[in-house]
Amino acid sequence: MDLYTRRRLRNAFHLGMSLVVTLFGLFWLAWLLGTLLVKGLPWLTWEVLTEPTPPPGGHGGLANAIVGSLILTALGVLIGAPIGILAGTYLAEFGRHSRLGKVVRFVNDVLLSAPSILLGVFVYEILVVPLGHFSGWAGGVALALIVIPVVVRTTEDMMRLVPDTLREAAAALGAPYWKVIAAVVYRASFTGILTGVLLAVARISGETAPLLFTALNNQFWSLDMGKPLANLPVTIFQFAMSPYDNWQHLAWAGALLITFSVLLLNVLARTFLRPSRTKD
Amino acid sequence: MSHTVTQPTRGGAVRGGRWGDPLFANLALAAAVLVFLMVLGILASLWAGATPALERFGLGFLTSEAWNPVTEEFGALAPVYGTLVTSAIAMLVGVPVSFGIAVFITELAPPWLKRPVATAVELLAAIPSIIYGMWGLFVFAPLFADHVQPWMTEHLAGLPLIGPLFDGPPMGIGMFTAGLILAIMIIPFISSVMRDVFETVPPMLKESAYGLGATTWEVVRYVVLPYTKVGVVGGIMLGLGRALGETMAVTFVIGNAHEISASLFMPGNTISSTLANEFTEADSELHLSSLVALGLILFLVTFVVLALAKLLLLRLSAGEGRAS
Repeated sequence: MDLYTRRRLRNAFHLGMSLVVTLFGLFWLAWLLGTLLVKGLPWLTWEVLTEPTPPPGGHGGLANAIVGSLILTALGVLIGAPIGILAGTYLAEFGRHSRLGKVVRFVNDVLLSAPSILLGVFVYEILVVPLGHFSGWAGGVALALIVIPVVVRTTEDMMRLVPDTLREAAAALGAPYWKVIAAVVYRASFTGILTGVLLAVARISGETAPLLFTALNNQFWSLDMGKPLANLPVTIFQFAMSPYDNWQHLAWAGALLITFSVLLLNVLARTFLRPSRTKD
Repeated sequence: MSHTVTQPTRGGAVRGGRWGDPLFANLALAAAVLVFLMVLGILASLWAGATPALERFGLGFLTSEAWNPVTEEFGALAPVYGTLVTSAIAMLVGVPVSFGIAVFITELAPPWLKRPVATAVELLAAIPSIIYGMWGLFVFAPLFADHVQPWMTEHLAGLPLIGPLFDGPPMGIGMFTAGLILAIMIIPFISSVMRDVFETVPPMLKESAYGLGATTWEVVRYVVLPYTKVGVVGGIMLGLGRALGETMAVTFVIGNAHEISASLFMPGNTISSTLANEFTEADSELHLSSLVALGLILFLVTFVVLALAKLLLLRLSAGEGRAS
C-alpha cells in the first residue's frame, strides 16, 4: 500500500469514527427521551396536575410538588437574577479591567461548574442550622446561588456586545452613566440578559441535590415557606426509589413533565439568543 | 476602577447624575463583591462544619477506609476512591467521544447539519441529572447486566493487569455504570468547549495545510489540535470538574457501599452520593461533620480542577492570533 492510499484510509477511518461517536452521543439523547415518553406518558393524567401526592398505593398526583417547585424556582430567580444582573453589570461596565473584576470573573466561572450539592451543604450551614429546621426559604436561597453565576456570565457577555460608540453617543447627549446603562446598554442587551435568566430557570427547575438538605420535601399541601416545602425533583427522587408501583408511576410522570419543560425552556432561550448571537 | 465612558466634568450637575451614578455603581460593586464572598463563605462554612471531624481524625481521615456511624469511625478513602474511579471512567469514554463530535461538527458536517447536531448534543446537558439516574437504574442497568456485563466478564476478566477490574457479579449497578452515565453527562460540556476552540483556528492556517495536500484528518491532527491544545485541555478539565461533583445520577446507580473493590462492577460510593444519602439522616455530630469534611475535600479538588481549566482557556484566548 503506498503512502497516498494509507493517508486516505487513515483520513477515512478518523472521519468515520467522528461520525460514529456523534451518532453514539445522539443515540443516548434519543434513548433517554424515548424512555421518558414510554414510561411517563401513560401516567401523565389530569390527576397528576390537580391532586396532591398520595400515600403508597393510594390515588393522587403531584400538584403540591409542582406548586412547591414553581415557588422555589420563582424565589430562586427573584433573589438570584437581580444580584446576577448587577454583578454582571459591574463586570461589563465599572470593573471591566479592574483587579476586582478579574477576580470576580474568575471566581464566577468556577462557581458556574461547582458541584451543586455543596451549595446545599452551604445553605444548610448558614440557614437550616441557625433556624433549626428545613424550610422553603432555604431551598429558594440554595437555588438562587445556582442562578447567580449563570446570570452574571450571560449578562456580562451580552452587555459587552453593545458597542462603546453607543455608550459614548448617549454620554455625549449629557446622560449620566447610570442612565446610559439603564436606557441604552440594558435595552440593547435585553434579549440576551433574558436568555441568561431563562437558562438559569431551566437549570434550577431540575436541580435536586441542593434541595435535599434545604427545602427537603413535604407529603402534604403546604405553602408555608418556613416549613419543609414539597418540590418536584426531591419527590421524584423519593418516589422513584420507593418500592410502591403507584409512586414509581408518578415519578416517571413527573420526570417527563420536568424534562420537557426544561427542554422547552432551553429551546425558547436559544431562539431568543439567535438573532443577537455574535462571536466574541 | 476605569470608566469606559468619560463623563463630562459637570457630570454631577446633570439631572439625576449626582445621586444616580454613585448609587448604581455601588450597587453593582456590592453585587460583584457578593459573588466573591459566596466562594469564601462556602469555603468558611465547610471548614467550620468539618472541624470536629478533622480534629478527631486528623490527616488519617484521608487514608482511613472505615465508615461506621455506630462506632463513630469515619474515613474518606472509600468515597474519594469512588469519586476518582468513576470520574476516570467518565473521562476515558467521554473525552474521545467529545473530540469526535467536535471534529464532526466543525470539519465534517454540511453547514445545514451543524446547528441541529450541536443543539441536540447540548440538550444532553439540559436534561436534569435525576433523570439520568432514573433512566440509568431502571432502564440501562438491567439491560447492561443481562447483555453487556456477562460478555465483558467472559472476554476481559482473563486479561492480565486489567482483568480483575471486569471480574464481578453482573448486577447492572456499580462503579462502571456510574462512570458510563457520567461520561454521557459530560460529553456536551467538553464537546462544546472543543467546538468553540476549534473555531478559533484562523481559516488561513487550515487552508494552507489543505493547499499542501493535507487530508482533513491531517489538518485536524497537525494544525487544529496543536493550535488549540491548551483550550482542549481546558475543556477536558471542565468536564472533569463536572464529573467529580455530579450527584444525583451517581446516587441512583452506584449502589452506595462504603467499600473499595478491585472490580468496577461492584457497588461503591462517591463523595457526592454519600452526602446525598446520609446528610439528612446523620444523627451524631461527628457523622455530620465527617460528611461536611467530605464536602470540603470535594470543594477543594473541584476548585483546583476548575480553576486550572479556566486558566488554560484564558491562555488560549490570550494567545489567539499569535503564532504558537
